[in-house]
Formats: sequence, structure tokens, C-alpha cells
Amino acid sequence: MHVEVRDLNKHFGDFHAVKDVSFDIAKGHLIGLLGPSGGGKTSILRMLAGLENPGSGEIRFHGKVVNHLPPQERGIGFVFQNYALFKHMTVFENIAFGLKVKKTPKAQIRDRVMELVELTGLKGFEQRYPHQLSGGQRQRVAFARALAPEPQLLLLDEPFAAIDAKIRQELRSWLRELIERVGITSIFVTHDQDEAIEVADEIMIISQGRLEQKGTPWDIYKNPQTPFVATFIGESTVVEDASQLKGFEHAVEGGHTKALIRPEYIEIGLKNEFTMLSATEKGTVKHLHFRGSQWMVEVDVQGHKLITYRSLEKTTLEIGQQIRVLVHRAYLFNDSNSWVVENRLKEDPMPVMI
Amino acid sequence: MRRLLIGLTFAVFIVLLIIPLGRIFIGAFEDGAGGFLKGLMRPEALHALMMTGLVVLVVTLLNTLFGIMMALYLVRAGWLSERIKGLLNSIVDLPYAVSPVIGGLMIVLMLGPNSIMGAFFEGIGFNVVYAFPGMVIATLFVTFPLMVREVMPVLQELGSQQEEAASTLGAYGWRTFWSVTWPSIRWAVVYGLVLTVARSLGEFGAVLVVSGNIMNKTQTATTLVYQDVENFNVAAANGVALVLVTFSVGLLLMMEWAKKRKEVH
Repeated sequence: MHVEVRDLNKHFGDFHAVKDVSFDIAKGHLIGLLGPSGGGKTSILRMLAGLENPGSGEIRFHGKVVNHLPPQERGIGFVFQNYALFKHMTVFENIAFGLKVKKTPKAQIRDRVMELVELTGLKGFEQRYPHQLSGGQRQRVAFARALAPEPQLLLLDEPFAAIDAKIRQELRSWLRELIERVGITSIFVTHDQDEAIEVADEIMIISQGRLEQKGTPWDIYKNPQTPFVATFIGESTVVEDASQLKGFEHAVEGGHTKALIRPEYIEIGLKNEFTMLSATEKGTVKHLHFRGSQWMVEVDVQGHKLITYRSLEKTTLEIGQQIRVLVHRAYLFNDSNSWVVENRLKEDPMPVMI
Repeated sequence: MRRLLIGLTFAVFIVLLIIPLGRIFIGAFEDGAGGFLKGLMRPEALHALMMTGLVVLVVTLLNTLFGIMMALYLVRAGWLSERIKGLLNSIVDLPYAVSPVIGGLMIVLMLGPNSIMGAFFEGIGFNVVYAFPGMVIATLFVTFPLMVREVMPVLQELGSQQEEAASTLGAYGWRTFWSVTWPSIRWAVVYGLVLTVARSLGEFGAVLVVSGNIMNKTQTATTLVYQDVENFNVAAANGVALVLVTFSVGLLLMMEWAKKRKEVH
């Protein structure tokens, strides 16, 4: 289903939960609404479902305004954070509920439920009650129940929040595959960026009720359009005054400019590991954390703490050791603007001819 | 010391509960089984028991219906502001705090023959006070919080997500109530129902004021017992009292059973 949202607003008392949010979602896409808790993601989802009335703005499905339609008429499936399974019904009855309401013939209900039971790997559990299932199984029942009436839009509110880490990983890829197979337009809410990056075709970053950026995970990672997005996605350190960084002295425009630096923007090493020593500056190793496949290194550069990773293959550093640090690029921002800059010194001003 | 406390507790229990119960039992059969039956078979006793039965029946039906609705609105209604809900919620408990006699008096003042509303109803030939409707209203007043207070916490704990899930699956209000809400609250309703029956069976003060205690007309079992005692007809009073006690004990057992089920679901 093609979804269009225009200038959506929502107030809860004095609290402005959703502010002028507009977006389009193409048919068949899987969208992640990502942002910190309390940012208005769930409110947007609930308004799409019709569980909450927008203060102002328009929601269109297939080009038709659906603002006035109750949830019963919207043709959506909703998966709640805590699944909200009907606890006094068996797995079979839970999945069949939407079809029963539609007065589907019994034989057809049976076929459809069994098909979904098969699809979600719940075979053999049809006669169990929700309290006899594990968290992951309940989650699958919730998916199956939402999918049974063949909705055109699937809405998922923090679908993996209540599941332990290992199974979460499994369920993510399972969900991704399932949605691809069914081909249903889906929107899910999450506060976990790994989850959004891994699962979604496109991510919408929501903060304090505003849509900060919409794009593919790669886009958002590479070209964050607002400082919030830059700090929210990926790991990063913020340097208060960007001009103090070597190679960025003249990159600063206007007034006070801050620099945001991701671990992968930084290269560290011993003197002999750099071909262009002039672009590097001195640093001291402050802390070393072993992260399984690499070292996480905290370096002190002129009083700024920078974080980066170092391969296990290279010489192991020691705390207090003097090393060289090269900042390849930085995401600069001030009150009015933000932009990405490469280290100027990297492009050797006086290439040595051999 | 410990033995003394245990002994004291049991003594209080026996003096307060067991001895009076036994006394009623012995008193009822003071003149043998024949005397017991004779006391019960008096026309005024039969009528009083019937009145009590009718009041219990009507009050339980009305209280169950309106109690569930009130609980639903207080917990779920989005169209009521939180403030109004809070106010209504505290008013629901009023009958706990107000003496039943005062409750009955309020009804007499509001709907009695000397009031505007009472005169209006009397004009159209519908007597409220000193008649059956008044007794029902008085008993409803006393029992109203019982159902609401049983159902509300269950609804609150249940949350609205299952109901919302039902609505996204296409189910409207009525269907959602019967297939999602009702199975979760039914044991709380049964518990509230038993409480209501027990309370209306034993209600005395409010009914006494409103009914006028007219023999063979508005007299209930409890007010009859009161009158029998006043007339030194103790054996008959014990007989009627024993019937009420038997019902109450039966209800208590049912209550225990309902409570267990309530905890399970």
C-alpha cells in the first residue's frame, strides 16, 4: 500500500508529541521509525493505525484520506510491543480472530490459519495458550494474527523489545524474510539503530516529534543531514572546537563550529605506519578495551578524547604510549549549518616526484 | 504469652461468631421443628422472604449491569477528562462512608410524597417511597460500589492493548467486549455479584427507612426479624434469621470459590 502523510500533528495536553511530520512510503517497502524513546514514533504509528486521532494533518492510503476511518476499516495489521495476545484463546483462535470477525467460511479460516502456522514455524502449537509459549513464539503468534486478514499495511511497535538478545537476532532476519515473502508494506518502530539498519529498506529518524531525516541506512550513515542524526547513528565523539583539529583549521565557517568524529574516520598508529606523517598529530593512548575482534582505543589528542578501533593484526599498543593520529574526515556543524569535510593535509600540497 | 494470645484470638472468634450462630440455630428450634416451620410459614414471614428475594434479584441485575458499565467508563472512556473520572471515582465510594440509614433518608427526602419529584411520580400513580421501587433504589445505593470496585482493578490491570488489537483486526465494540474483555473480567463480576447478593440480603437500615416496614407489603426478612424481636417473638425471629444465615454461609462458600477462580484468570 502506498502511504502518504502530510503535516501530521499531535498534542497530548500541553505536550506537542508529533510536529509537522510528512513522508511518503512506496508499496512493499519496509520502513524503520528510529529515534530515542518518547520521541513520538509510537504516536505516529498509532495514528496510522487509527488508534489515535491526529490533531491536524492528513493520512492517505492509496491516495485516499483515511483520517476519519476507525482502525477496523483501515485494512492494517498491528503488532503490539507486548504482543497483546488474547490470553484466554489458543494460538489457533488468536490467529483466526480477524477472519472470524470478517465472517470468513470455517474451512477457509482453517486453511489460512494452518498456512500461517506453517509460515511462522508454530506447527504443533496451535492448541497452546499464550502463557504456555516462549517470548519468541508469542511474537510469532502476534505476527501471524496480524497477517491473517491479509492487511495491506503492517505496523509493528518495538517488535523485538521484549525478547532476549540472541533470539532477537534470529527473529530479525526471520521477519525480514517473512515480509519480503509476503510482500507487504511495513513500518516498524524501534529505538535500536542496529535493528533499524539491519532490517529496514529505509529509515526515518524521529526526534522530539520531528522527522529529522528519511533515507536508506547507508545514506543516513554517510550523509547525516542534521547534527542529531549524526550523533544518533553510529558511534561518535564530539569535539567542541573543530578548528583545533589538525587539518581542519581552515574548514571552519562562521562562528563556533563543532566537529563530530566517528571511530572509522580516525586512523592511529606508530610513526612508521603512516605514509603522510605531516597530516597526523600526536596523541597518547588513554585506555584499551578488548572488543573480541579488535581493540577499542581511547586516544587523547590535545585534551580531546577520541575513540577508534585498531586491528588485532597490528602491533599492540600500550596505555600511555605516544602515537600518531590521523583524522580522515569530520562532520562539522554549527547553529545554522552542517557539512562533511575531508582532512586538507591528506591531499599532499607538495607531492614528491620520484 | 504466645498461647495466651492464641487463646484470646480464638475466644473472641468463638464469642463473636460461633456462639451467636449456635444461639440462632438453637433458638430457631426452641419449640421443635414444628415451631420453626410455624414461625416460617406465617403469611407475613413468607411475604417478607419473598420481598427480600425480589429486592435481591432486581438489585443484583441492575447493579451488575450498571456496575460493569460504570467500571468500563471510569477505566476506558477517552471522552471523559481525567479530572471528571477522578471525581466520579471518589463519589463511587460514597455509600461506604455514608450510613445506610442516611442513604435511605436521602431517598425519602428526594422522592418522598412531600418532595417535587415524589409528588410527580405519585401523580402518575407510581409510588417510589414506602413501596418496592424505593426499596430497590435504597439497596442499589448501598451496593453500588461493590461491583465497580471488583471490576475496575481487573480492567486496569488488563490494559487496553488486547481491545486495541481486536479493533485493528476488525472487531467493533460489542464483539470486542464479549470475546476479549468479558472472559477476563467474568470472575471479578461473579465475585462482585456474590457480594451484591450478600449485601442486599442483609441490608437493614436503608430499607427500613425507605420501606416504612409495612407488614405484608414492604416488609423484608431483616425488618421482620427486627419487628419479631420487638414483639418478643424470639423463636420466630430466630427461624427467619436462620434462613438468612444459611443463605449467607452458602454465599460465603461461593465467594471463596469465585475468589480462587478470579486469581487464576
